[in-house]
Amino acid sequence: MLRLLNLELQKLLLNRTSKILIFISFILPFFVILLSSIKINVFGFFTLELGELGVFNFPIIWHLTTFFASQFKFFFAIVVVSMIGNEYSNKTIKQNLIDGLSKKEFILSKFYAIVFFSLISTVLIGLISLCIGLYYSSYTEFGIIIRETNFLLAYFVKLLGFFSLCLFLGMLVKRSAFALAFLFVLFISEWIIFGLLTWQFDHHVASKIQNFFPLQSMYNLIEQPFQRVAMSKFPEKAELAYDYLVHWHELVIVLGWTALFIFLSFKLLKKRDL
Amino acid sequence: MESILTIRNLTKKFGSLTAVKDLSFTINKGNIYGILGPNGSGKSTTLGIVLNVVNKTAGNFHWFDGNTTTHDALKKVGAIIERPNFYPYMTAAQNLKLVCKIKNVALNNIEEKLEIVGLLDRKNHKFGTFSLGMKQRLAIASALLNDPEILILDEPTNGLDPQGIHQIREIIKQIAAKGTTILLASHLLDEVEKVCTHVVVLRKGIKLYSGRVDEMISSHGFFELKCNKEAELLAFIEKHPAFANVKTENALITAFLKEPLSSENFNKQLFENGIILTHLVQRKESLEEQFLQLTDNQ
Repeated sequence: MLRLLNLELQKLLLNRTSKILIFISFILPFFVILLSSIKINVFGFFTLELGELGVFNFPIIWHLTTFFASQFKFFFAIVVVSMIGNEYSNKTIKQNLIDGLSKKEFILSKFYAIVFFSLISTVLIGLISLCIGLYYSSYTEFGIIIRETNFLLAYFVKLLGFFSLCLFLGMLVKRSAFALAFLFVLFISEWIIFGLLTWQFDHHVASKIQNFFPLQSMYNLIEQPFQRVAMSKFPEKAELAYDYLVHWHELVIVLGWTALFIFLSFKLLKKRDL
Repeated sequence: MESILTIRNLTKKFGSLTAVKDLSFTINKGNIYGILGPNGSGKSTTLGIVLNVVNKTAGNFHWFDGNTTTHDALKKVGAIIERPNFYPYMTAAQNLKLVCKIKNVALNNIEEKLEIVGLLDRKNHKFGTFSLGMKQRLAIASALLNDPEILILDEPTNGLDPQGIHQIREIIKQIAAKGTTILLASHLLDEVEKVCTHVVVLRKGIKLYSGRVDEMISSHGFFELKCNKEAELLAFIEKHPAFANVKTENALITAFLKEPLSSENFNKQLFENGIILTHLVQRKESLEEQFLQLTDNQ
């Protein structure tokens, strides 16, 4: 396992483009979060301090930072599709297999790299949230701090699922740009199918089915936190209430998709003549 | 003899096209094999199948004694297929390091192998900056990293300039001299003739011949003769029981044998009959002539 991960890391980290993209997708969000936690004086008119809004309070901070950081996943998605696209365009996938890597090992080395970067990202976001939280939060009791840390798990699973989807699309179309276009098409078609379902049945049934779609199920893991912040400001407005918690069935759906994408990538490679 | 690769009834179809049809042959340790055949005769497809990149339609093959999986067996094989494929953004040394990791071999071979192919001074240059000849030589270095039991080369001199072709041939000869088994696919007959001991001849995916180069067609060779008394010589050969036929071209007489006859005996007989030669060469058909004869017959 370490050998396969090591292989993939050498391929990625010696490539300048992917190095920059990895930096953008994993390191940049932490700087942004860190910066936003600093008191900013807007041209002397007023001071903007997000900490004052209570958004860095435990446990809401877990929700906020994981949601925010997951928006940067798109940059690593480019890395994932190009690490497949490059293997095809350089024909190094053929050479790797001739050199004695099995098709299964090839897919696994890509998957391990995805797990590795998702894990690092999760650990980093966990640490930074903890530090900012401890600094700003009004409540620092242990019980409150560890409440909703399952957002971290959701963040990890969300990255894993999304990158596995990118891996599969990369294997399917072999070209990075087309794979990203495909991702966009998938996003749109999920909404079109949702629209059709609503028209055929009703909104309630349609949204139930939509929760099983790959992209929607990943989104469901960490829903937008703004409404929640608003809720905490205006607790009397009941129409703002929504279900933002991480549920086990949501995790299972995404993990199911992840397994399916990796399995299909392997089947696809196995069937193909290179 | 220890077998390295055994292929039995291998068939590959691409849709309605049959690229390889019911092919069987065995590669034994220590020999140098050539796979001969015109373009599109199934050479690369056959190699692709045994190298785990093309899926077979029917039949089977196994490496060594048949107890290792194909991908593990390939760790003991060095192979170059058509174009050299490496990561353009990595240097020569980094690319070789990656291959070492795939093959699970120690990294200390890299310098030595780069030395063999004459690329040691370019080891820290990016692969993308290499010329085709250098890329091909790096591919050979990469194939040698694990000190392979067998080296497989598919059209190794394709697209190279004469100097590059010469360099690659010299390297192949050096490797062959060390006793490494080599499998060389080529449509350049003269390339195969220069290095191979055994050949497999393919045409349209069907095996026409497999065996030693010199036993490819049942022939006893021919004499090339010149003589001042041409008419007498021709009359002598006509009557001689060992000769099948004669042809004359630009005062060079070519006489084909139908039974064995040594040049020493033949010369002696002529001398006793008062015919003195100015030119005597005993030859066997070149691989090209044999190949054309073989493919025409079928």
